[in-house]
Amino acid sequence: MSIKHSLTESSEGFRLNRRQFLGGLGALTLAVGFGGRIAVAAEGSLQAGEFVPNAFIRIDKDGFVTVISSYLEMGQGTFTGLATLAAEELDITPEQLKVVGSPADAEKYMNPVLAAGGFKVQGTGGSTAMAGAWTTMRKAAASARAMLLQAAANTWKVPVTELQVKDGIVSHTSGKQGSYGEFIDSASALPLPADDQISLKDKSTYTRVGKADGMMRVDIPDKVNGKAIFTQDIKLPGMLVAVIAHPPRKFAKVASVDKTAAMKIPGVEAVLAIPGDNIIQGGVAVLAKNTWIAKKGRDALTITWDESTGSREDSEALFTEYKKLAATRGLEVGNKGQQVEEAPDGGKVIEAVFELPYLAHSPMEPMNALVEITDDGAHLWNGEQWHTADQAAMAKELGLAPEKVTVTQLYAGGSFGRRACPMSDYIIEATRIAKIAKQNGVTGPVKLVWMREEDVGGLFYRPMTVHNNRIVLNADGSVASWRWRVVGQSFFPTPEDQVDSGLMEGTHELPYAIDNMLVEQHLYQGDIPVSWLRSVGHTHTALVGEVLIDEIAAFSGKDPYQYRRALLAEHPRFLKVLDLVAEKANWNSPLPQGKNGERRARGIAIRESFGTVVAQVAEVTVRADNTYKVDKVYCAVDCGQVINPVNIASQVEGGVGFGMSFLRQQITLKGGVVQQTNFNNYPALRINEAPAVETFMVDSSNPPTGIGEPGVPPTVPAVLNAISAITGKFIRRMPLGAHVQA
Amino acid sequence: MIKLTINGQPQTFEGDAEMPLLWYLRDEKDMTGTKFGCGMALCGACTVHIDGRPARSCMTPMRSVDGASISTIEAAEEDRIGAAVQAAWIEEQAPQCGYCQSGQVMSAIALLKEKPSPTDEDIDAAMSGNICRCAAYPRIRQAIHRAAREIK
Amino acid sequence: MKVLKWILLIGVVVAVVLGGMVIWTKVAPQGDDPVSPIAGIPHDMPDTMTRGEYLTRAADCFACHSPVEGKMLSGGRPFKLPFGTIYATNLTPDPETGIGNMSDEAFIAAVRDGIGSKGHEYPAMPYTKYSQLSTQDVLDIKAYLMSVEPVNKPTPESDLIFPFNQRWGMALWNAVFFENHRYEADEEKSDEWNRGAYLASALAHCGECHTPRNIGYATKSREYMAGTKVQGWKAFNTTSDGTYGIGDWSDEQLRSYLTTGHAPGRSSASGPMAEVVELSLQYMTDSDIDALMAYLRAVDPSLGGSETAVNTSPDSLKNATAVLPNSTSSQQRGKMLFEGDCAGCHQWDGQGRQTKYASLKGSSAANDSEALAVTQVILNGTSISIGERHEYMPGFGSIYSDSDVAALANYVVSHFGGKDGIVTAEDVAETRAQGE
Ligand code: FES
Ligand code: FES
Repeated sequence: MSIKHSLTESSEGFRLNRRQFLGGLGALTLAVGFGGRIAVAAEGSLQAGEFVPNAFIRIDKDGFVTVISSYLEMGQGTFTGLATLAAEELDITPEQLKVVGSPADAEKYMNPVLAAGGFKVQGTGGSTAMAGAWTTMRKAAASARAMLLQAAANTWKVPVTELQVKDGIVSHTSGKQGSYGEFIDSASALPLPADDQISLKDKSTYTRVGKADGMMRVDIPDKVNGKAIFTQDIKLPGMLVAVIAHPPRKFAKVASVDKTAAMKIPGVEAVLAIPGDNIIQGGVAVLAKNTWIAKKGRDALTITWDESTGSREDSEALFTEYKKLAATRGLEVGNKGQQVEEAPDGGKVIEAVFELPYLAHSPMEPMNALVEITDDGAHLWNGEQWHTADQAAMAKELGLAPEKVTVTQLYAGGSFGRRACPMSDYIIEATRIAKIAKQNGVTGPVKLVWMREEDVGGLFYRPMTVHNNRIVLNADGSVASWRWRVVGQSFFPTPEDQVDSGLMEGTHELPYAIDNMLVEQHLYQGDIPVSWLRSVGHTHTALVGEVLIDEIAAFSGKDPYQYRRALLAEHPRFLKVLDLVAEKANWNSPLPQGKNGERRARGIAIRESFGTVVAQVAEVTVRADNTYKVDKVYCAVDCGQVINPVNIASQVEGGVGFGMSFLRQQITLKGGVVQQTNFNNYPALRINEAPAVETFMVDSSNPPTGIGEPGVPPTVPAVLNAISAITGKFIRRMPLGAHVQA
Repeated sequence: MIKLTINGQPQTFEGDAEMPLLWYLRDEKDMTGTKFGCGMALCGACTVHIDGRPARSCMTPMRSVDGASISTIEAAEEDRIGAAVQAAWIEEQAPQCGYCQSGQVMSAIALLKEKPSPTDEDIDAAMSGNICRCAAYPRIRQAIHRAAREIK
Repeated sequence: MKVLKWILLIGVVVAVVLGGMVIWTKVAPQGDDPVSPIAGIPHDMPDTMTRGEYLTRAADCFACHSPVEGKMLSGGRPFKLPFGTIYATNLTPDPETGIGNMSDEAFIAAVRDGIGSKGHEYPAMPYTKYSQLSTQDVLDIKAYLMSVEPVNKPTPESDLIFPFNQRWGMALWNAVFFENHRYEADEEKSDEWNRGAYLASALAHCGECHTPRNIGYATKSREYMAGTKVQGWKAFNTTSDGTYGIGDWSDEQLRSYLTTGHAPGRSSASGPMAEVVELSLQYMTDSDIDALMAYLRAVDPSLGGSETAVNTSPDSLKNATAVLPNSTSSQQRGKMLFEGDCAGCHQWDGQGRQTKYASLKGSSAANDSEALAVTQVILNGTSISIGERHEYMPGFGSIYSDSDVAALANYVVSHFGGKDGIVTAEDVAETRAQGE
């Protein structure tokens, strides 16, 4: 999400609030049984004898710690980050804890960073989890530890200062020992420590935070043996699976449906017309006792669509329209200094129009959600990324108060922002199907399953954009002025006269020393809904910005690394990252040349996003047949205090790979119909194209910033810059495809 | 009636013979380790072994597994190579979201059974059918090399 | 090349015009109606079918007369010929746009004589073969067509260049190339063979695709069933030639191919042939398949223009397994594409795992240096439905460049057929354009 967040050293902003310090945890705990079956037990009251100092930590009589994650684990290592913080402050081992997802509760589990940015929700996004948990979770764990130690001190009648903890065992100089579990009863009777009384460990004493072997990913063992439970895997007694036929022309309405053939299939329980609106497409849902039957039933429907309804959007026409708009003045987003009209003597004007397509998230797990409507409320099982927003949307759909809707958080098989849809589209769709089913006498929980085709065609794309840039260069290659205009739909519904901070992020806040810079925005209000994709506005602004910096440098024959250094002289944090990547990538020595007519070059790019600065150097080979291969990407990262270095490296590797997929991906529309359907026409990076990635971290004591997204933005520009260095041609339209222009 | 064995257990099936093995495993046998990703043999998330050969269960109809012996991720740890692959996957911290990983593990097992010390080129040939949208590829590659060292 | 083709064609038309004047009389129908067991329906036809439906299936009216999307038999499918595009007509009983108002005589004339409501038909409509049908069979087909749901849908006007847009020209063409006579049983041969001949020739008109055509667009009788290119695909050599045709196919392979579109260890039908199996052959009874096989086995071996000798175990496959190619290839690009998008299904040893239709080992398509069918399926995918079973492969045309399609097609041909593929990016562009 496009939250501009500034984190200060001060932890004041992240006090545990009153409700976070409470008993009475109306939690749902998820227990995974053998064979992948899931059991869900509602815990209206606490397990007898559990110590629950706050909403994030529970400790049982064996000293086993349950860490409650208000964030989704969708692959970014969030659960492990939280576990690392909790284990650090509690001095316990990884074997002494587990992490479970929290229920939806805006008050207890509000995302502090998103809230500071204006989104008052419990949600996971904008690479905010560790930034948000850094204080909250450490304090939650430290206060638990303080209370347990106090309880031990009281029991043994010794001063608390004489106690030590190691691996969850409290010991006293006298030789007395006991596990946390022994003290939970007396700890429960103690008053909660005041927020300012909680003392956190000093960095110098860390044994887990920032250490490569500090904490292995807690979710990985179950992800290599098939036991991890995703929404796709949940099966409840009496549950029906819904597979839906969406209109080929987006938002077209059903004129008539012949369901005879579908109803003849054994196991098909219902065929339901699902009305759409401007959020969900609607269509016809087939409910059956398993996924295959539901799909078969769906495929057996004969649906006539009302051809007079639905979108007529056409991406090629839209590009033409956008380019026209981009030639006109837009809403001013930022304006520094003066625009220079004509190129000074010996200078040059660069006019550069970029066309960037719609992109789909296509996480590995296609969208799905399981909804159960009960007599007095409803329950959602989901890889839930947007807890309280989805809760509210679901409640609204059902005419319920939000607290009547409860949520069980599961693992998500990737999301990349799709599960944090600002409009809660797939949640509403699942809920509407369950609601209509119930109205038709079909009871029981309903699991909506999108086939890959519905997922790729399921809208809420990264918006397509046109960027019109006019850069005036002085004779010495310095920038006299730069005008950058962006045309596109807003990531988050925004009126035309307001700046969409998501669309425009990373344009007017460029760190480069450019005195005269004008940034403008045109918002197009289209009927194809869009939303944030991993790293949001930076997916397009980093590309345009960093490719242009190379083009600018090329005018005066300057080295693109040195040119960036000069423009970043005032920004030591950026310089450090840039220098680190250049050093590790051996930027200053020539790249070994290729054989058989292969041509090789490096490209560099740097970008701050979500509070983190990442620079990358891509080594690229262009083969004789004009195909190319990204051989290696070097990355340098400053994400503040490193919590889990292995996970940071893993996220950056993933970010590089995710970005590289953009080189071949696009969603196009013809007459309102999305042309892509599955991985055969919406390709994803495969291992044989995946570069080696090496990641280096800047040592920092600043509070942690994001890591889930910041690895993505520099990749494409670094690769394109390398290609341009080889071919001498600058790339302005994505996707590039598998070949470069000779 | 279709007879098959799954992880050594004999099974019979009398439903729709066109139903892909994937949905039989997931929806009827509650073995949800095998994942649905694309339904078109394009992503590898649903990879199982049929008579020892890796196969995409999403496009394998039940009629074609009559008499076959299937092994799935749920039984991987019972196999020496399977256990080594899983251990290497943990050591290298390969998975991110994890959704593709059952398929990756099953493909890697098939590769190592055939070639205990695969080259990078072999890994490309055997593993490129398995998409990982989280792009955990560098670690997957490392994990295969690690498992190869372990099973020597 | 193209220009040359046109000049020749026009030259031929002129020759035909002159020749036609001389032998005008040849067009009148000749011969008696063939009778059962050679014509008509087989004894083992299931009683769930009517005579008309069976014969309509056997004559494969469905394939050409059904639109790419829309109601069966409602026409409109375009046929791109070297000299323009023609469209299949609406065969549903709609009175206005279909055959609803057609008299029996008019229907017979259209099917057997090539005289439609607008005058002479183009020989893409196989009246040259249907002329062999018995009157009863034609009327049974009509009865069936009259029983389907009427669809009001006008047939688009054909779009041909001069002189081919002159329908009267076809009268002259007929004069030269059309022998209008009923099927005449070969007394020397068995009833089974004769039934097979009636099926293959009069009804299923196999030769229309599988026989090379001469410069005047007529099939070359001396290369009957020897294989040729058609509509951007290759119809393979189905003569009894052991090397180039189906002579070495086992009965089981041949039967399986005809009834399911897949011959174990050999080919899988894709594109137009998949349609033939799906819409027509899978409905044929055992006795008719036997008859068809008996007939095909007896077709004279002919090399024709096809050089596709299928290599069922090329060196490149000797060490290949499901998981690894275990061979080196200089075709890095094609290999890379194959390992990413194809190997998961087809597997390196060409066995095909999820479905036997995915096996490439021994496939004629993968042994065709021109890789026409391979190019087509890479671009557009392919599908076939047999009974309840639906087999399909998605196309990759929208994300592959022409040179990538060529690289992959050539790799497939080299790895699975041991041949040097000769597909160029230009060939792919042409195939692509044809499909649009
Ligand atoms: S789900 Fe089977 S290959 Fe993707
Ligand atoms: S780990 Fe997420 S798709 Fe592979």
